[in-house]
Amino acid sequence: MAAFPDLPKHSGSGERDAPTQLEIKLRRKARFNAALRYTLLTVVGLIMVYPLVWLIGASFKTNAEMFSSPGFWPKNPTIQGYIDGWQTSTPYTFGRFFLNSLWIIIPKTIGTAVSCTLVAYGFARFEFPGKKILFASVIATLLLPNVVTRIPQYLLFRDLGWLNTFLPLWVPSALAGDAFFVFMVIQFLRAIPRDMEEAARVDGANTLQTLVFIVVPMLMPALISVCLFQFMWTMNDFLGPLIYLSSVDKYPVSLALKLSIDTTEAFAWNQILAMSVLALAPSLAVFFLAQKYFIEGISTGGVKG
Amino acid sequence: MGGDSRYVGLWYVAPYVIGLALFIAFPFIASFYLSFTDYDLLSRPEYIGLDNYKKLFTRDRTFDKSLKVTLIYVFTTVPLKLVFALFIAVVLNYRLKAINLFRTAYYVPSILGGSVAIAVLWRYIFADTGLVNMAIIALGGEGINWFGDPENALFTITLLRCWQFGSAMVIFLAALQSVDKSLYEAAAIDGAGPWQIFRSITLPLITPVIFFNLIMQTVQAFQEFNGPYIITQGGPLKSTYLLPLYIYDEAFKSFDMGYASAIAWVLFAIIMVLTLIAFWSSKKWVYYAGDKRS
Repeated sequence: MAAFPDLPKHSGSGERDAPTQLEIKLRRKARFNAALRYTLLTVVGLIMVYPLVWLIGASFKTNAEMFSSPGFWPKNPTIQGYIDGWQTSTPYTFGRFFLNSLWIIIPKTIGTAVSCTLVAYGFARFEFPGKKILFASVIATLLLPNVVTRIPQYLLFRDLGWLNTFLPLWVPSALAGDAFFVFMVIQFLRAIPRDMEEAARVDGANTLQTLVFIVVPMLMPALISVCLFQFMWTMNDFLGPLIYLSSVDKYPVSLALKLSIDTTEAFAWNQILAMSVLALAPSLAVFFLAQKYFIEGISTGGVKG
Repeated sequence: MGGDSRYVGLWYVAPYVIGLALFIAFPFIASFYLSFTDYDLLSRPEYIGLDNYKKLFTRDRTFDKSLKVTLIYVFTTVPLKLVFALFIAVVLNYRLKAINLFRTAYYVPSILGGSVAIAVLWRYIFADTGLVNMAIIALGGEGINWFGDPENALFTITLLRCWQFGSAMVIFLAALQSVDKSLYEAAAIDGAGPWQIFRSITLPLITPVIFFNLIMQTVQAFQEFNGPYIITQGGPLKSTYLLPLYIYDEAFKSFDMGYASAIAWVLFAIIMVLTLIAFWSSKKWVYYAGDKRS
């Protein structure tokens, strides 16, 4: 809350040489206010981040040390958890599960970006019969809980012979099935002026050329946001793989991690924590490399709604 | 595709139309039909009228328990999370130098929060001898049985989701930053105190995003699955057995697709009614500043 107006600048000339009582009081109050905010934010921030920091430290601890001290730093650091955890109790290593995640993420991310671009362009730049009702369906889908469509979707994929393949996990997204992203790109596109596109059209470009050469470059920030969010959400997705994948050799990281809890829990905590760190690492790395796109993305998709 | 006919736009939205028909509209209708059938995947769905719904509302005590737990979960998690997110956004919305650093630190948990790894972490830090109890004991308190006690288990999941307040906070913060500063100055000159300014200027101006966050968080909370499934498996004594877990068990463990669809439709109806109430009441409390809405 910027509740206090900016304090008058102290000019040092004329009769306003010494600050008035009121100015001193206001300035002291502002300084106290800022200190209070910093303290509060720091305390909350530490509480927020400490579990993650602890996780990283704990993954280098021995099992015996895990539950004996709340500290971050391991007394006898060891990477045994990583070595044993990576092997898993299955015939496959975690390398296999990371690759599986990748084979889901790549088509899903590319499919989402391409389909959202086409669909958003159609909605934001053209008039066509049925547009109003179709756009209303985007909003309705945004609010529609997945839980109500999940069972028939499963039956549909079963009839298509897609069970225990990656297809159910990415094909719907490649047909612009994630209303959140469609909506986000439409909002972004609506805010871009049309002058350049109109100039290109006058020069004889068709609509597809205009899209590819004029619109897509301007859409890039939004598309990067879409890809980053889709990457994160797919890494985190658990229920989809749980329903559709039945053989361990196809498990993505999320499912493999759950499997290792079920099979190794009783004795090997450090293995599970070590693999949790690895499972979070790609998302954390991507987030820190590109955080401005996340913040922008969530503000565009959310606030202008 | 070329040409300027009035159907060009339709070509571009065609992928969406196909996806909508195949993966959303058709399953939506099919699940409504399935909820009136008995279907075990082996034989064809058999129409049984309202039997599924009758059983749900009269004889199914698991459903009663699960519904109650779900409502408690949603009505504690959503308000706690939103109030906390708004509070932090207000504190952060000040001429602080480190605003971006804080915003990032707070946002990280919501990026990771849905993952299995974080659910695993939660099991460890709320274990009997975990991080949280060690901290409580160090401060002179008494350790709490977080997951073993049916009274506490659900709240531990609520805490996990409140920990992810970041995305709601970023949306609040963006709205707060777009409030016209001259309004604050005018009010301060007129002698309004900070709390008064917050209540009569800030709060009304950000009601659109409060409304948005409220709807999105509520729809999300009703569908919570990963947390209870991985951390507590719905227990102890079904105290974290939310409706999505029940639907999953009925559909994919008991293969009772008809009954699971009926539960899904009850859940859907509850979400719909609450959403409609929110939209209807929004006319009374959500403030749209004339032309500012795009």
